[in-house]
Amino acid sequence: MTTTHPSDQQQRGTTPQGNTGNRVPRRPKAQSRAPWILLAPFLALFLLTFILPILVAIASSFTKVTRKGLFGEAGVTSEFAWFSNYAQALSDGNFVASIGRMFLFGIVQVPVMIILCTVLALMLESTSARWPGFFRAAYFLPYGVPGVIATILWSFLYVPGLSPLIDIAGMFGLEPDFLGPNTVLWSIANIVLWSYAGYNMLIIVAQLKTIPVELYEAARVDGATTWRIARSIQLPLIKPALVLTTVFSIIGTLQLFAEAQVLKTVAPSIDSQYTPNLSAYSTAFAYNDYNVAAAQAVLIAAVALILSFAFLKFSNRKSS
Amino acid sequence: MTTLKESRPAPPAAGKQSPNKPQRRARSSTIIVTGLLLVVALYFLAPVYWVLVASTKSTADLFSTNGFWFAPTFSLWHNISQVLTYDGGIFVRWFANSVIYAGVGALLATYFAAAGGYALAKYEFRGRNLVFGTILAGVLVPGTATALPLFLLFSQLGIANTYASVLIPSLVSPFGIFLCRIYAQSTVDSALIEAARIDGAGELRIFHTIGLKLLTPALVTVFLFQLVGIWNNYFLPLVMLSDVELYPITLGLNNWLSQVDRLPEFYELTTGGVLLSIIPLGIAMVILQRFWRGGLTEGSVK
Repeated sequence: MTTTHPSDQQQRGTTPQGNTGNRVPRRPKAQSRAPWILLAPFLALFLLTFILPILVAIASSFTKVTRKGLFGEAGVTSEFAWFSNYAQALSDGNFVASIGRMFLFGIVQVPVMIILCTVLALMLESTSARWPGFFRAAYFLPYGVPGVIATILWSFLYVPGLSPLIDIAGMFGLEPDFLGPNTVLWSIANIVLWSYAGYNMLIIVAQLKTIPVELYEAARVDGATTWRIARSIQLPLIKPALVLTTVFSIIGTLQLFAEAQVLKTVAPSIDSQYTPNLSAYSTAFAYNDYNVAAAQAVLIAAVALILSFAFLKFSNRKSS
Repeated sequence: MTTLKESRPAPPAAGKQSPNKPQRRARSSTIIVTGLLLVVALYFLAPVYWVLVASTKSTADLFSTNGFWFAPTFSLWHNISQVLTYDGGIFVRWFANSVIYAGVGALLATYFAAAGGYALAKYEFRGRNLVFGTILAGVLVPGTATALPLFLLFSQLGIANTYASVLIPSLVSPFGIFLCRIYAQSTVDSALIEAARIDGAGELRIFHTIGLKLLTPALVTVFLFQLVGIWNNYFLPLVMLSDVELYPITLGLNNWLSQVDRLPEFYELTTGGVLLSIIPLGIAMVILQRFWRGGLTEGSVK
């Protein structure tokens, strides 16, 4: 590599101008330095805010800190703890339950999200839709509302006494409890759907727009119905967008935090370990156990990575 | 595709239909599809409409009148002036903080992503694939996984609970560099760069004059992405900041909401604050979604 690299550069750098003497050696040098100069600010920040924290998290998840004396006044010692922090995290029933809760949440929420977005995108891009620009903007609007504020908004619509939804349901003799122990998870799912459906839909719409018009025309000439076109042309061709949105939804599900944390103030059935991230946050800041919190953070990231890779593998195999 | 070939003999039959029939069918499907889209639009707009109505009410009316209709007394201006002046105008401060975090963060992040993406696309150098692969893995790492260790790191450096502690992590956009690389590969012509070199332009100057200009459509997408991402971010500032003066708007409004149990007048403040905070980004979303869609799937196609 070291021998071929400079000659590569030289060849490319010199062929256009031929032998112009002293310019030849300087050019390749500048060209081999330039990409690193351009990359430097990004790489420095990437190392500081991605690589280093990940290393710190992994390192501290394997460390045990013991304080000597009643309040730790006699000094602090840290030692390599093998997997004891992980064992502690996994033996915490509430933390494991929170991961299970997110699985349940994801199994329902992700398919609903993807199907809704696909149907909306197909309807918006069909010739039957009027005012597509208005609808696209209306659906996309919630993406600009931060998750916290979206949750505050919806919490007003969930709280009895304040919510017009409960008033309206009351007219039909229903008494919905949006914040009960069995329903609050789906109330959160609704907030997530409201926030991100428009955004995911836009990704699919963008992909639909890349389908050449000739394909539609050919299908119409062949007498294909709208339904047939959707199934045989549009769905296969928007698969990359569907895979992308699904992976982002899976990662997003395991990261769930703001919605649960904000809703906690009005919903007593949400505890401080309702989602994995909320659990890690509480472990770190309420119990001051950063090492176990680090182990939890590593576990959450690992589950997210495994699930997204498994899904990518699965979708690749299905297509081949 | 194979299924389509089977239906080849169909066209003559379809052509024999009277011209009136498909037209009528098209009109009824327009009504059905548009009707469905309208119902879905109600779902997306109802909460925003609710907060618009709620912010015109006093706390007493908020609980005694129907949430989807206005109360007889119109106290929107009173509520808004309350929001803007409460606690020495802390809301304005939060708003300004959000603008600083999102504006400065997104601008610099876009510039860094452009430079990096351009370098990865237009130069061949050792370690290129390793660098790109590492960055790509960064796209999949949940942002909340790094926030906690980052806090520990920043507290050791003594910069936790400062503007920098929220700004610095906002300057990195792995997705941005990914998008810029793909866009640079397809739009920045190597012959153009070569020509500039022959004219004697330095490498950095070529990037700043040619590269940035050709990358503009992708840069708009990256900028908007990062802007919304930082504006909406909650976990990072929550972990980093303890000083209320440094809060962005998301943290501030949650702070108000958490006090409604004790002091019901915080309902007024929170609804008014929510309304004011969703107006600017809401308008931005509606206008910018046109620009946005161009670059989005650039990454997913490959």
